[in-house]
Amino acid sequence: MNACDPEVAPLSDTAMVVGPHSFSSRHLLGIRNLSEQDIEFLLNRAEKAVEVSRRPDKKTSSLRGRTQINLFFEASTRTQASFELAGKRLGADVMNMSVAASSVKKGETLIDTAMTLNAMRPDILVIRHGSSGAADLLAQKVDCAVVNAGDGQHEHPTQALLDALTIRRHKGRLQGLTVAICGDVLHSRVARSDIFLLGKMGARIRLVGPSTLMPAGVEEFGVEVFHRLEDGIANADVVMMLRLQRERMAGAFVPSEREYFRYFGLDTKKLAFAKDDAIVMHPGPMNRGVEIASLMADAPQSVIEEQVEMGVAVRMAVLELLAAPSHNEEGAT
Amino acid sequence: MSALLLTRGRVVDPSRGIDAMGAVLIEGDNIVAAGPDVLNQGAPEGAEIVECRGHIIAPGLVDGRVFIGEPGYEYRETIRSASEAAAAGGVTSLVMMPDTSPVMDEPSLVEYVLRTARATSRVRIHPSAAITRGLRGQEMTEFGLLREAGAVAFTDGRNTLDNPVVMRRAMSYARDFDSLIVSETQDRALAAGGVMNEGKLATLMGLPGIPREAELIPLQRDLALAGLTGARYHAAKISCMMSADAVRRAKDNGQKVTAGVSINHLSLNENDVQGYRTFYRLSPPLRDELDRHAMANAIADGTIDIVVSSHDPQDVDTKRLPFAEAAPGAIGLETLLAALLRRVHDGTLTLMRAIEVVTSAPASLFGLPYGTLKPGAKADIAVIDLDAPWEVSDKDLRSHSRNSCFENAKMSGRVVRTIVSGKTVFELNK
Repeated sequence: MNACDPEVAPLSDTAMVVGPHSFSSRHLLGIRNLSEQDIEFLLNRAEKAVEVSRRPDKKTSSLRGRTQINLFFEASTRTQASFELAGKRLGADVMNMSVAASSVKKGETLIDTAMTLNAMRPDILVIRHGSSGAADLLAQKVDCAVVNAGDGQHEHPTQALLDALTIRRHKGRLQGLTVAICGDVLHSRVARSDIFLLGKMGARIRLVGPSTLMPAGVEEFGVEVFHRLEDGIANADVVMMLRLQRERMAGAFVPSEREYFRYFGLDTKKLAFAKDDAIVMHPGPMNRGVEIASLMADAPQSVIEEQVEMGVAVRMAVLELLAAPSHNEEGAT
Repeated sequence: MSALLLTRGRVVDPSRGIDAMGAVLIEGDNIVAAGPDVLNQGAPEGAEIVECRGHIIAPGLVDGRVFIGEPGYEYRETIRSASEAAAAGGVTSLVMMPDTSPVMDEPSLVEYVLRTARATSRVRIHPSAAITRGLRGQEMTEFGLLREAGAVAFTDGRNTLDNPVVMRRAMSYARDFDSLIVSETQDRALAAGGVMNEGKLATLMGLPGIPREAELIPLQRDLALAGLTGARYHAAKISCMMSADAVRRAKDNGQKVTAGVSINHLSLNENDVQGYRTFYRLSPPLRDELDRHAMANAIADGTIDIVVSSHDPQDVDTKRLPFAEAAPGAIGLETLLAALLRRVHDGTLTLMRAIEVVTSAPASLFGLPYGTLKPGAKADIAVIDLDAPWEVSDKDLRSHSRNSCFENAKMSGRVVRTIVSGKTVFELNK
């Protein structure tokens, strides 16, 4: 344990040595308030979790006896499964609550639900909610650690961390890379968290999409904005496609699916503008043939499945850091 | 007849341009004299004397925009609780918005409010009535009968009239009755889904924004229709520089238009929304610091005529929610004056102008014989300690609701005594 910060337990029973650093927050509500060191630290711990997840015996005991509640106000099979698996691999007792289907319909508010769950004394609450700021609100009301699994159009910090981990494993670094984030930036919490994270880590960020899908004032974030996909991904190291919800393609934000795919969908021809060794990413679930050609999604440049694997690893790192016994008992804030 | 003498204070009466050391003499309900010369003949025999040394004696405030929950939402605010909050804030007259349940679109409801106010209120309640039945933006209400019943203005409250034809006819008809049309302007479609000022901060916070143009476009429409119809039109709550510019141009063209701003938009900006505190969810949304500054300057140069609390009580059912799901609105009767005095202390407004925009200016806008210390007027008075330091504590607020934007704010200056019709209705620490 000497090499570890005493406030932070090792990720698993296997020795894990990372630099001395104590994570600066009790919760993970967003990327915006993390330091570079926090991010680096989480990514390094997630690397160790990847090793654990690739062993035949994936179960560790660092969160044994801890209770993790996944509180999902929006349905999300993938993210919920990823958090559930992450918690279970660490030995935690994991409970899933899909609130969309239960109390909210009966008029119970987010805060009441949170207070009820809080009384059951969980150690960690993972929340997904359709309103921006919901995770912050929850964190003010409960005693345990809160992990934001996506709030409205605000942040989705574990997605940004898994994106960063995937990129780092392929490119060896984040600093100086050109990353094109393409599509519905306006409605995307993934885009916001990625912009914050990659920006902090020194990547050059380009946003690509029609003006109707660009949020106001985004130019002031230190990014470049493009309205043609070919220009936006020219010489990019990473091409990150965002999901565009079907209901937004019926004339409200873009005229039609086919027009959107024609100008902003990623296919082999357009990808040729990026660097030869560019990787293609997508947070999922994909609309094949809308924002990404089906062939493209399965092409060798695509790292989309690896993103899913990194998702579990990043979430293991986050959960352990926030809920591990030594961390909590010493009252780190 | 009982006499009350407020003496050795600084008498500030914008209705007559008086700012001088002096006294105010009250007999019964009315002011007998107010100013520097009141005591030339000495204090009258038997008068109760209130020492006001170091204090300002001003007309009681007239708050031109107050939402009350009675009838229909008494758990948020009753006429009684609103009047207690008003008295504690030096507000002696308030114009009540018609957004009640049922909506104030019937003369009998206006009479009901006036009756309830007579029975329960410490201050004067002046109901306004809806422009359209049920605030639905379609059929006009009975302006003549409502006016006779006591409605002082016509407004659809929180709602903007979408249909320009309805607005045009309402203005034309209101002109025949010399009635004031008051409107908040926010384009329903442009603002749809929005919960804060559009811009970088909204994008950072992941909250849908409302562009300033959502306010400006219906405002320009209304200003044009006011020109067409010759109606008296009051833009209830403007929030940004471009709206102030539009009002200024209309005034320069000689139109009978006026504008108001809420104390929140004069005190706060969009940065206060950080942290997702729902008490800062307002309509119109808090804009940026340049806009806030423009509001203050527009008051100073006369473009904006009045400052209102826009007191809007909301309870936990509408505020204890994620930001975007919460209802807009904040209470403000008790903090209106103190927050306004910040603009005096920072040199943006003269004391005379600051008092004017919450006394004589709203009184004359709504045709009320209050907001003045002139002899013969009803003795509605606020005695103010200009520099008293205090901190707003939600425990001390008298409103039934707690949604104050100024919770824990440090203030300089507060009301120490409020008088309505010669009777003290509030005294600090009593």
